[in-house]
Amino acid sequence: MLNRYPLWKTLMVALLVALGALYATPNLYGEDPAVQVSGLRGVEANVTTLDTIKGHLTASNIDYTSIVLEKGQVLTRFKNTEDQLKARDVLDDNLGKQYSVALNLTPATPDWLASIGGTPMKLGLDLSGGVSFLMEVNMKEAINKAKIGMVADFRGDLRNEKIRYRSVKEVNDSIVVIFRKVADLDAAKSLLKKRYNDLLLNTDEESLTLTAQMTELKLKEIREYALQQNITIIRNRVNELGVAEPLVQRQGKKHIVIELPGVQDTAKAKEILNATATIEFRLVDTEGDLSAALNGRIPASSILLTDKDGKPTLLKKRIMLTGDHITDAKSGFDEYSRPQVNISLDSAGGSKMSNGTKSNIGKPMATVFIEYKPTERRDPEGNMIFEKVQEVISVATIQSRLGKSFRITGAGSQAEAHNLALLLRAGALIAPIAIVEERTVGPTLGAENVQLGFQAIMMGFGLVFIFMIIYYRAFGIVANFALGANLVLIIGVMSLIPGATLTLPGMAGIVLTVGMAVDANVLIFERIREEIREGKTIQQAIHQGYEAAFSTIIDANITTLIAALILFAVGTGPVKGFAVTLSIGILTSMFTSVVGSRTIVNAIWGGKSLKKLSI
Amino acid sequence: MQILQLKETVAFMKYRKIAMVFSALLMIAAITSLAVNKLNFGLDFTGGTLIEVGFDQAADLQKLRQLMKDNGHDDAKVQFYGSSRDVVIRLGLREDVKAEMLGNEILSILETGTGQKIDMRRIEFVGASVGDELAEQGGLAMLTALICILIYVAFRFEWRFAVGSVVALFHDVLLTLGLFSILGLEFDLTVLAAILAVIGYSLNDTIVVSDRIRENFRKIRDTLPEDIINISLTQTLSRTFITSITTLLVLSALFFKGGALIHGFATALLFGVFVGTYSSIYVASLVALALGVSREDLIPEVIEKEGEEQEQMMP
Repeated sequence: MLNRYPLWKTLMVALLVALGALYATPNLYGEDPAVQVSGLRGVEANVTTLDTIKGHLTASNIDYTSIVLEKGQVLTRFKNTEDQLKARDVLDDNLGKQYSVALNLTPATPDWLASIGGTPMKLGLDLSGGVSFLMEVNMKEAINKAKIGMVADFRGDLRNEKIRYRSVKEVNDSIVVIFRKVADLDAAKSLLKKRYNDLLLNTDEESLTLTAQMTELKLKEIREYALQQNITIIRNRVNELGVAEPLVQRQGKKHIVIELPGVQDTAKAKEILNATATIEFRLVDTEGDLSAALNGRIPASSILLTDKDGKPTLLKKRIMLTGDHITDAKSGFDEYSRPQVNISLDSAGGSKMSNGTKSNIGKPMATVFIEYKPTERRDPEGNMIFEKVQEVISVATIQSRLGKSFRITGAGSQAEAHNLALLLRAGALIAPIAIVEERTVGPTLGAENVQLGFQAIMMGFGLVFIFMIIYYRAFGIVANFALGANLVLIIGVMSLIPGATLTLPGMAGIVLTVGMAVDANVLIFERIREEIREGKTIQQAIHQGYEAAFSTIIDANITTLIAALILFAVGTGPVKGFAVTLSIGILTSMFTSVVGSRTIVNAIWGGKSLKKLSI
Repeated sequence: MQILQLKETVAFMKYRKIAMVFSALLMIAAITSLAVNKLNFGLDFTGGTLIEVGFDQAADLQKLRQLMKDNGHDDAKVQFYGSSRDVVIRLGLREDVKAEMLGNEILSILETGTGQKIDMRRIEFVGASVGDELAEQGGLAMLTALICILIYVAFRFEWRFAVGSVVALFHDVLLTLGLFSILGLEFDLTVLAAILAVIGYSLNDTIVVSDRIRENFRKIRDTLPEDIINISLTQTLSRTFITSITTLLVLSALFFKGGALIHGFATALLFGVFVGTYSSIYVASLVALALGVSREDLIPEVIEKEGEEQEQMMP
């Protein structure tokens, strides 16, 4: 029989749409005000925390609807925002600094829906309100540092192997070693070649020089490491901000996107994000004359730096250790209950520290904190220029030969020790970063955007609905069903895909898909009309209409999909949201308007002998 | 219901000279405006700071401008945004270190200066390099889209159609950019997205027409290519109109209901749908015709399933 679908096919279509509808339902439930308590700096919330929170809330007479411990966080839901705010203040005052207390809006998805993976769509910052930052990693500095490290490594290697050299210097993009004898040059070459297979070595026997250049692969590795390290550190810093669902993600080769939903106080966020820093350990120059140095006569091997109170200290130029060797720094107390900072180093750092301190026991060692503050100036290549600010943050006497882990005592108060530990950890950054883009959306604008977008979708939908019924009558109703199913599927798929975010342009994308999705049905229906005019029977006309329009629909949609995918690849934030909804919309609309509408048409008109068709 | 009931073939190609002159004139106007007025690039591309604030009552722009001037922000552009209670302040890129702190500073200037409670609606700061990169990426995106589409259409149809559709797309993009340049509308990222959507839409139209031309070349023998194109355009005309109408309907919903943020987006698409519809009738087919598309170019693929083919039996 013509135009009949087998039962399984009809059921399949119905099932798919029903599944889409099921996963779209979490969006109908709204959100509960909640407070999220998470541990800071390695601390995890546990059952004890849960009980403590319960205790504090009961003591303050605050009602909560539920309280759960999940992934090291305690989430407490409340009936209204008033209770939520009260609870936040109570917990913030009582829980202490180990925990961050954040306001949160948690989806009120029923348990049975949540248990099958149902979640509402994620809203973009332009709809939920909040702040997003784009940060740029200073790759030039990262490579520079790697080169400086390499110069030191070369010197060490050559010295250890007793190969004599005249000088090791970095010149432009490469490191140049000058020797006195050809024999030394050859020995150095074979030594370095063995140790560093990621360097391109060139020798010139005439001028007795060896030039080492980093391979493209090595450079890429350095950049990648700098980016990854920054992401890790920013994640830690963002966690300290106490934001409910922060996002830290890489974008392209040197950028990091940070999204902080619900954050309004951007100044604090920026301060924490912007405090890019490095640490250096140097020996204090005890022989140099400080007062002479203050008058401008600084010894050639020393530099003059000040601490935060402006007190000057004369330091050796030679860096004993850089902060990138620090793997961890924690504040605590020593055996006399005095605050101290425990520092752990990686193995290379450990041996450097050991070499540096073995002949300097009893001498003071300074910790220098170096901040790179971004300026708006740019070099000719368009990279941001950073201003270097150096400050002595601690001077301590070396008590013994130091190794992989050591401690700094006498840092002052516990708060100061804590601060020093924090700075040391932050100082592990090898490449400074700067905010290059910031977008803050207030909560009222976000809510307004949601409302406007929703209205536009409804209105667009209504207009197309009416038009289709007037123009195609019964078939118009079929097209409208397909359109409705399409909307449900878009929302269902958007809710199901973890990375998909609904933005305002995304909502515009949905509106646009509604308009364009009917195109497929228009193509089919016009074709059916044409076939009827040409004198075909009704059943043949329907069949022919769907068949002939099919390849056109595919071609037309694939080309639009190409445009949408390219937009997805280059777009960011809201625009990416548009590309996502557009792409999903194209795919679901092809399904609903071709297969979906055919299912309905077949079920109603298929196989019957008809004289007239309501089209 | 039927809007168009065409009994006879419309001789579209008869007016091709007029259409060519018309399109050429429009394109020259667009290029001239782009060269003279340039595009009014938004913050996304130029870099700088934008602050949108909401007041309880209608805001006094004059006073706000003076306030900005008094606090050393001479370059501040203060404008209404959407309504008279909504104000947008734009600032250029600064040499200052604290450029990204500017937004908060302006907010406090406004609060103390007007003595009113101000609702921070949004703050955007874009650094210089980001804008440049974006402009580069945006241009690259459009170019990649055009090339990919050219390849796809050439592969699915024939190179003459591919050239035709890409010329049509270029025509549509150029005219839409021209409109933004002539009216001085702000060109931001969402507008760029809209233009890519215009590319998608216009292409949709062009493909439907090209598909019919191909089909008719195979079906109808001994007819001039010009007539084949006329027949195909007439046959697809009613679908072209209906789809344009539904798309225009939803876009007007967006334009009137979507709010100020989405205005540029809706404008670009509304105009784009108009020129896209026109270009799929005149530009794309005309170029294919001018390049000498003929029956022989389209025939070898498959043997056409003519007339009453045996229907597939379905259980």
